[in-house]
Amino acid sequence: MNAADPDTLVRIRHLVKSYSRGGQRVPVLTDINIDIRRGEFLGLMGPSGSGKSTLLNMIAGIDKPDSGEVLIEGVDIARLSEAELAHWRAAHVGFIFQFYNLMPVLNAFENVELPLTLTRLSRRERRERAEMALELVGLADRMAHLPSELSGGQQQRVAIARAIITDPTLLVADEPTGDLDRASAEDILALLDRLNTELGKTIIMVTHDRRAADQAHLIMYLEKGELSTSADIAERSVRASRHH
Amino acid sequence: MRIPVSYSLRNLWARKLTTLLTAGGMALVVFVFAAVLMLDAGLRAALVATGQPDNVLVTRRAAATEVQSSIERNQAAIIESNAAVAIGADGRPLASKETVVLITLPKRDTGVQTNITTRGIGPAGLAVRPQVEIVSGRMLRFGTAEIMVGRGVAERFEGAGLGQRLRFGGREWPVVGVFEAGGAAFDSEVWGDSEQLMQAFRRQAYSSVVARLRSMEAFDDFKAAIENDPRLPVDVKRERVFYEEQSKTMSTFISYLGITLSIIFSIGAMIGAMITMYAAVANRTAEIGTLRALGFSRSGILGAFLLESLMLSAVGWVVGVALASLMQLVHISTMNWQSFAELAFSFTLTPDIVWRSLVFALLMGFAGGVLPALRAARLRIVDALRAA
Amino acid sequence: MHFLKLILRNGLRHKLRSGLTVLGLVVAILSFGLLQTIVDAWYAGADAAAANRLVTRNAVSLVFPMPIHYGQRIRAVDGVTGVAPANWFGGVYRDTSMANFFPRFAVDPVPYFAMYPEYRLDEDEFRTFLRDRKGAIIGRKIAENHGFKIGDVIPIQGDIFPGNWEFTVRAIYDGAQPSTDTSLMFFHYEYLNESLKKRAPARADKVGVFVVSIDDVDRAADIGREIDELFRNSAAETLTETEKAFQIGFAKQTEAIVIAVRFVSYVVIAIILAVMANTMSMTARERMAEYATLKALGFQPAFVGGLILGESLAIAVAGAALGIGLTFPIGHWFASQMGTLFPVFGVSRETILLQASCALIVGVVAALLPMRRAAGVKIVEGLRFVG
Repeated sequence: MNAADPDTLVRIRHLVKSYSRGGQRVPVLTDINIDIRRGEFLGLMGPSGSGKSTLLNMIAGIDKPDSGEVLIEGVDIARLSEAELAHWRAAHVGFIFQFYNLMPVLNAFENVELPLTLTRLSRRERRERAEMALELVGLADRMAHLPSELSGGQQQRVAIARAIITDPTLLVADEPTGDLDRASAEDILALLDRLNTELGKTIIMVTHDRRAADQAHLIMYLEKGELSTSADIAERSVRASRHH
Repeated sequence: MRIPVSYSLRNLWARKLTTLLTAGGMALVVFVFAAVLMLDAGLRAALVATGQPDNVLVTRRAAATEVQSSIERNQAAIIESNAAVAIGADGRPLASKETVVLITLPKRDTGVQTNITTRGIGPAGLAVRPQVEIVSGRMLRFGTAEIMVGRGVAERFEGAGLGQRLRFGGREWPVVGVFEAGGAAFDSEVWGDSEQLMQAFRRQAYSSVVARLRSMEAFDDFKAAIENDPRLPVDVKRERVFYEEQSKTMSTFISYLGITLSIIFSIGAMIGAMITMYAAVANRTAEIGTLRALGFSRSGILGAFLLESLMLSAVGWVVGVALASLMQLVHISTMNWQSFAELAFSFTLTPDIVWRSLVFALLMGFAGGVLPALRAARLRIVDALRAA
Repeated sequence: MHFLKLILRNGLRHKLRSGLTVLGLVVAILSFGLLQTIVDAWYAGADAAAANRLVTRNAVSLVFPMPIHYGQRIRAVDGVTGVAPANWFGGVYRDTSMANFFPRFAVDPVPYFAMYPEYRLDEDEFRTFLRDRKGAIIGRKIAENHGFKIGDVIPIQGDIFPGNWEFTVRAIYDGAQPSTDTSLMFFHYEYLNESLKKRAPARADKVGVFVVSIDDVDRAADIGREIDELFRNSAAETLTETEKAFQIGFAKQTEAIVIAVRFVSYVVIAIILAVMANTMSMTARERMAEYATLKALGFQPAFVGGLILGESLAIAVAGAALGIGLTFPIGHWFASQMGTLFPVFGVSRETILLQASCALIVGVVAALLPMRRAAGVKIVEGLRFVG
């Protein structure tokens, strides 16, 4: 892949991250290298503790690696200061969490509007955008409801509306369907698919759910801190079976 | 089924900051409560220690203090010659005919002019007060202007040290001795020859007569005999009772103020405990559901949370009493409103105060924790587990 | 705007918790205010003192009297415009309870009331009083508390001056200012003196204090010295000081109590600080995930810290407003229970300022640790946090 390839949104080189647990350093990610194209819908899978969420956090700018580069649109976010990162996140990332993480005291509309308060948009502009986003996710009629008054699936849709409202460069989703029943999960995944195919949003999703993974266009596996694509895995299993 | 005590203990330990702050608030309240009780106890100790159990004090009828009282010479003679009065080693009655006046002296550190009780004693003055000891210098010589001062006076007032001279009533009075009375009111007094003082202040009458009775059984008869004597318009009281009454106003004021403050403050601490315990219940709702599902009873849950609250207050009690006991190092000197004179005393910690503080603290813990504990006990298992 | 919205709504989230905290603050601020007011009331006598009045008393002790003829010699001193003898009479009205206590003085009324213009008297009533040797002038407060009217007879059981005394109310005075003490009773010194001449001649013609009015306030110390010079080396040496110093003298002797009360008033603030700090840190801990989310969304740490500070201050302001408001009626009730122990009991502006400042400080300090924690939380850890 060409470093100057305009299609490459995310470029990670030699990413290393370890944690201190009980006085010991536990390596989580060892020398990760990855390119993600614009408009990609990537699924990150792997067993528990494999570091997939950690990797996601690095890309989203809410955690920093021990060493390595994380270039997003040419900016190495691993080098930014905390304050700069905050600004960067506000402009470039949309978050979708497993437990939605909506503000309990704000209603759906206000939750969606929240990221826009960090911009210079006028009240009216903010309102227009928020209403549009809620329309998009199909919750225009529930604008005034508090999160406690919405179902899990509805809350996640509000969260998605919040995630896209600043028109971010990429959407990161950590187990977006983890807390939902099957019907709601399917709705959410369908929505994500629309965002990707119709609006061209780049989505990076960490998931356990096979069905969710199926929605993604590209799947990567993280195991023991090492990354491999489905192609690699297919090849490895073919090789393994040949030995027997 | 009983929930083990360690459950409550561990939970307190898990949230150290909260435990610290809540117990800290209670500790302060216990401190105030105990300190007030100690102040009152100290005040009483100072005044009661002033009185001997087998002494009587005779003053003019309805005189609240010795300063206001006056007893004529002939009246004093009648009193001391009563058969119930003990006889001293020198063959004379153990009765001291005394004159009490107030003089003002400046305090050493602040220079504030303060009223000091000055007592002219009779030859038996020291004998009727065995608790008084001369710690430096010597006894005053009767018939001269020599005076002795209590330890508190020597230490806290200008010009009242051993070897110095006080000036009042148009004369100079050399300080020849310093005496100590074990924290009693006498420590704040100046003593001289009764006759000399009366001359200096142009008085014809004594203030009071302090006498040791042969035995306290004779008190009632003695009292009746003296008070019913038409020549003697006097009151006869046990010395202890007399001094106790002297402190009544101050003691009452301190008690009222102290109790009121403690109650008000305890409301604050109880609110703190309530907030903490309500939060504990809210945060452990799932846990409670699990415990109940496992088979622990409602009363077990109630007990566990109540115990947590009581433990908080117990910690507060320990810290509060520890702080209060430090107050024993502090000495108070102030004007007694009734005698109008300087009185020095200190905070006295008694086992009774320690126990009362514990009860007070536990009551606070109970009152603060009972409602949240009831809420925890009343949770339905399904609701609690669903909150997880 | 959304900042304030978040603060207010978060404050109302846990109504019970916020309510209890506000209640605690109200109790604390109220207690603090009352205690400070008690301290002020202690020194109230000194505040009401006039700069142009001096008090002359026996140098040895207030308990000793001075000969009455001193009065003429004091009057002759340069700068003195009036001399009024006054004796503390004491005595007991009905019983020795607090409710029945009020100060009683035997004075030479003409010069005395001339130098106390703050005691407002009706001219006719005053003249009637002057003509009645057993007459008494009482303050409005005593008249109200005990239901005395003009013409009533007040029986007093003497203690310092024994005997059964009776006085007829001839005038009632009002205070020119709210700080003027209207709980005093005055009667003729002559009446007391003539009785003493008969019963206890040794005590007659003696005066407890001379109140001296002067023309030049700046010369107060000099005039005082001159007066004392007159009587140096006599049987009763004098000490002359300004009225303010005289009043403060009393308060100063019970200074220890005052210090204790002031100290205790700050203890209550410490108690509520602990309670508030606890509330705020619990609250902040429970909301860690929300703070982490906000930071993830791009809000700066200062914003998150500000949310906590704002909530803490909101509670503090609510508690302070209520507490300060209640100080007035409760203070009033307290003063009425104390009888004439505190003739003047008013909540001063300084006290209110102190109350507000304390509440503000509590609001800020209680939020400090939780603010730092929340602002500094690592997003990843915060998100993972389960209350």
